[in-house]
Amino acid sequence: MIGLEHYLTVAAALFVIGIFGLFLNRKNVIILLMSIELMLLAVNINLVAFSSYLGDLVGQVFTLFVLTVAAAEAAIGLAILVCFFRNRGTIDVEDVNVMKG
Amino acid sequence: MIGADIQILMPEVVLAVYAMGALMAAVYTTKDGMAPLLTWATSGLFVLLAVWIGINGQGTNAAFGGMFVDDGFARFAKITILVSAAAVLLMSENYMQQRGLLRFEYPILVALAVVGMMVMVSAGDLMALYMGLELQSLALYVVASLRRDSVKSTEAGLKYFVLGALSSGLLLYGASLTYGFAGTTLFAGIIEATAHEPSLGLLFGLVFLIAGFAFKVSAAPFHMWTPDVYEGSPTPVTAFFATAPKVAAMALFARVVHDAFGGIVGDWQQIVAFLSVVSMFLGAIAAIGQKDIKRLMAYSSIAHMGFALMGLAAGTAFGVQAMLIYMAIYVTMNIGTFAFILGMERDGRPVTNIDSLKMYSKQQPLRALAMLVLLFSLAGVPPMVGFFGKFYVLRAAYDGGLAWLAVAGVIASVIGAFYYLRIVYFMYFGEEGEALDGKMNPVLWAFLMGSAAIMLAGVVNLFGIEPAAAAAAATLVN
Repeated sequence: MIGLEHYLTVAAALFVIGIFGLFLNRKNVIILLMSIELMLLAVNINLVAFSSYLGDLVGQVFTLFVLTVAAAEAAIGLAILVCFFRNRGTIDVEDVNVMKG
Repeated sequence: MIGADIQILMPEVVLAVYAMGALMAAVYTTKDGMAPLLTWATSGLFVLLAVWIGINGQGTNAAFGGMFVDDGFARFAKITILVSAAAVLLMSENYMQQRGLLRFEYPILVALAVVGMMVMVSAGDLMALYMGLELQSLALYVVASLRRDSVKSTEAGLKYFVLGALSSGLLLYGASLTYGFAGTTLFAGIIEATAHEPSLGLLFGLVFLIAGFAFKVSAAPFHMWTPDVYEGSPTPVTAFFATAPKVAAMALFARVVHDAFGGIVGDWQQIVAFLSVVSMFLGAIAAIGQKDIKRLMAYSSIAHMGFALMGLAAGTAFGVQAMLIYMAIYVTMNIGTFAFILGMERDGRPVTNIDSLKMYSKQQPLRALAMLVLLFSLAGVPPMVGFFGKFYVLRAAYDGGLAWLAVAGVIASVIGAFYYLRIVYFMYFGEEGEALDGKMNPVLWAFLMGSAAIMLAGVVNLFGIEPAAAAAAATLVN
């Protein structure tokens, strides 16, 4: 029987993979966008699992909002990335370094 | 029923409809030719809405089953946000026009960001919180990379986007855990769920939520994006980042910890106190080596957020009041300082090096004096208003039983005074340098002098924001 904790474990694992993808990835900015998407989708699994467990629809409504926002976020991220590529000629994470932080 | 709810939401609805209408109007007419007009109209609308909210707002109203709350606290934050955003738009117009940066999207994106901020400070539910936050953030990512032919600006936008999305993810994960373990997304329901012994899952949710907010207010150790974004963005955009979004994020922070987690003050108090002390010291120490004034203002804002968080860490109504007063003063000081930075030009090109201010007092005695007042105020030197902001938060921390935090705050503010005074040293005592351009746009001049005058004249009674902030804090904490 697959219970709530299984879903939560999967979501937590995906979320952590997303965070590690952001920090360990040294190659490509597109992978950063994928990692962000992974984090948001992990949250969605969490929300849907809780929603079904609690028998409460609010979690699924929340999921729909998150999906919509994630789409908008990806669009804006890619747009900024295209501008960056035009100026810099590369999208390697290591080359995002004009300013030292 | 819906009509009554919309009535409460009216300022936000008006602004959102205006933003969409303005977008349509500009696209189908002269596009960028409309930009100056739209900038003025948007900032005029901000001021009108601030007046409307100030006059019309009465009591505590909840709309949509408590998802949207319009209370004294929200109104105080909204007025601060609207007025500061209006001021920044007015300051941007001439600067951006000269550099061919004034696109018609700019005022519209700022208006949309402000709608997001207004929803944030009024959120009574995790969903409203998230939608407001994202509306604000998505608009800000675009504004950061407004100068799309510059590597620096697009890089700033990219960094802001990646780290901002990470923080939204953390916050959202916290929201999902909070929803799961409290069984509801309404703040009123969450506070009931925490009434008896909160579950471990709720505490995890709380920690993730706080981590997300710390990113948005740029509190250390979640501050990495701030210096780069401040340096890379066009200066008027930096001025905007340093003011309205900070107020909104701080107000949202206060609302969540008090409205949703007000029953477990002890649990979040230690986290907020930690964020506060780390931010104050990091802001004070890391700013010392900076040569670029925009980067320096970034570290300065990190330190100031540390002080504002100190008020929040107290966990009392007085603490929230101190935080609100601090934020209002901080915004006023920053508008003046950025008016000065926007006026720093050599041969018509913007200059942001601190070295370029050498012996500025000989070239422009009055402007140097105004900047001196603002820098003293930022450092918290007694006769200026900035001192009172610090005094309130220190007292709140002390009264709240966090004497060690207050002592740390005093030490950090002494360290922080060094880099503000270094600019004063350059302006008054350094050796002669290459002169900056003498002329300054009258709007910038007016904001610089006005802000400096407020720093001096506010000593009398802080322009009455003290009772206003007290009333606002009382509606949040009870």
